[in-house]
Amino acid sequence: MSVKIGIPRALLYYEYYPMWKTFFQELGLEVVLSDPTTKTILNDGVKHCVDEACLPVKLFHGHVINLKNRADYIFIPKLTSIARGEYICPKFCGLPEMVGFSIKDLPPVIDVEINLRNPKSVLYKSFEQIGRYFTQDTRLIKAAFNKAMEAQKYYLKSIKQGKLPSELLENQKFVSPVKADLRIALIGHVYNLYDKYISMDILSKLKKQGIEVITPEQLEDAKIEEQANRMNKKMFWSFGKRLLGATLCLKDRKDIDGIIFIMSFGCGVDAFISDLCERRIRRETGIPFFLLTIDEHSGEAGVNTRIEAFLDMIRWRRKNEESNISAYG
Amino acid sequence: MRRVTFPHMGNLCITVKALFESLDVEFIIPPACTKRTLELGTKYAPELACLPLKINVGNFIESIEKGADTIVMTGGCGPCRFGYYSEVQREILKDLGHDVDFFVLELPKGNVGEFIKRIKSIVGNKSLLTVARGVKKATKVALALDELDRLSFRIRAREKIKGKTNWIMKKFHHQVQKVKSAEEILMLIENTKKELKAIEIDTKVTPLRIGIVGEIYTVIEPFANFRIEEILGDMGVEVDRSLNIGNWIMEHVIKYALGMNKNRPYEKAAKPYLKTMIGGHAQETVGNCVMYAQQGYDGVIQLYPFTCMPEIVAESILPTVSTDLDIPVLTLIIDEMTGEAGYRTRIEAFVDMLMRRKERNVAVDKYILSGN
Repeated sequence: MSVKIGIPRALLYYEYYPMWKTFFQELGLEVVLSDPTTKTILNDGVKHCVDEACLPVKLFHGHVINLKNRADYIFIPKLTSIARGEYICPKFCGLPEMVGFSIKDLPPVIDVEINLRNPKSVLYKSFEQIGRYFTQDTRLIKAAFNKAMEAQKYYLKSIKQGKLPSELLENQKFVSPVKADLRIALIGHVYNLYDKYISMDILSKLKKQGIEVITPEQLEDAKIEEQANRMNKKMFWSFGKRLLGATLCLKDRKDIDGIIFIMSFGCGVDAFISDLCERRIRRETGIPFFLLTIDEHSGEAGVNTRIEAFLDMIRWRRKNEESNISAYG
Repeated sequence: MRRVTFPHMGNLCITVKALFESLDVEFIIPPACTKRTLELGTKYAPELACLPLKINVGNFIESIEKGADTIVMTGGCGPCRFGYYSEVQREILKDLGHDVDFFVLELPKGNVGEFIKRIKSIVGNKSLLTVARGVKKATKVALALDELDRLSFRIRAREKIKGKTNWIMKKFHHQVQKVKSAEEILMLIENTKKELKAIEIDTKVTPLRIGIVGEIYTVIEPFANFRIEEILGDMGVEVDRSLNIGNWIMEHVIKYALGMNKNRPYEKAAKPYLKTMIGGHAQETVGNCVMYAQQGYDGVIQLYPFTCMPEIVAESILPTVSTDLDIPVLTLIIDEMTGEAGYRTRIEAFVDMLMRRKERNVAVDKYILSGN
């Protein structure tokens, strides 16, 4: 029987799953994924995590618990940095420790550090370390690594061609609007946007209303990079940079009717990013901007009401061709 | 001539005063933090930003009201949010219509020439040697202030007539505003030390010892932590503060600039619990907590501002440290809504519990620690 490796369906699963899956399968392991988020998973996570942590980190704890008795190993890499001179977030850097000390009786955790901050660091080194848990055959590891990179490249290419991560990973089907009357940009971290339970399926909600949705993943990376680099100081959070750069890209576009920024309560990075985005958008454009904060208490009805009100406002404003109504509430 | 200001952080204003006076820079010390400072900060800063940012914004606005036009602060490059403070604060002040220059003490995109040019724009036409001498003097002041604080922690817990230490320290902070130059500040510190040493102390008591760990701003700034050293000292507890400004300047600025070996014992102590640096002071928090336990302290208090990312990680590790090394830990999280009475009650309860624990001197596992 092959060794089972558990991967939590949370956080950067939405970014890197094809890569991890291919890598482990090539090494001859069986990949076990935690179940799609449910209320139980979230509640388990909330119970086992410190109160002050943000929603996605709490949810991650829940997914680890979901895997606890089903896998021989649990894969929680220490993702310190994924790009030169950048970081992800302190909670990602300390994630294996947070989980390890909060949940008892876990199977062995693979907590290899991935740190590409230093220009000399090599990604393969981390993969080799991970691979060595299971095999000493470096040729096999190298081959698996190459396949994993290919899979990741293919995944990113499909996203740039217009597929959403939740379509590719979760087989979620969306009704695309035949004739869209509004084009809304939905800005947020991958683990908030594409987790159907956490985002309360906001993507379907918007699409069903005949709205075209743009997410940061669909924009060109080079443009995002260029916009984010215009800041006075280098933005050192990789995913913060994506959200900030994406919002700034929209600034010059005339075809965006509104921006919805989804942040989770207690997200340190977004506390700053959402504020910077909102100030820039307000100062330099007339695009309505709406900040939606979600946490484990968010009621769906309240969120629906707020989204409806926002959309109504945009449509009403367009119909009346007035622009003197505050879009910011 | 620029009128420079900077954010408050404990004794930092005295250190900066020593630095700017020796370099003849015109500066404005922000008015002492008050409720208004906090309210201004809370009003204009992002809701979920951490408390230091909010108090900083309040400081800046109050300094600008007094005529400041340049803000000097330190920076960093993550992953802690402090590294991006300057940008967010710049935007906030811009939206409020304040046109001020931000001078961040860091190498802008690794460009040394640019950095020196910026320093020159503040200090005028002085040689770098003069600047270095000024920095040296200021560091000396900062280290002397750390020592003065440490002495006060020791005396306060043992003084026979309660309140004497507080009175002398209050007098010191009042007088230090009036003296000029680093030399005079150092002299005043020496005199204050003598006064403290003259206080009659009770040699028979062995006070409880509590170590304070956590995020640097809340640990150091008395306005943010409601003068926790005084609260504990007045209860007869001897406090040790793991983070101090002088030490911070030595380790992170001077030694870094000169490429010297760093003395960071906490890194090794933290290793079994937190393997790598994760930004902010999480590693210090975990490491110092381990070291306090090894040194036989009676308890540890962790302080941090609400939503502080690195400390949240540390907080989730501390219960294991507490169990492993048998040391009670109390975590106190501070934001603009924190009420002083509730805060004091929790500290009192913690100290009571530590006292009982010490008196009975029995197996700890019979006790239930609450406090989180």
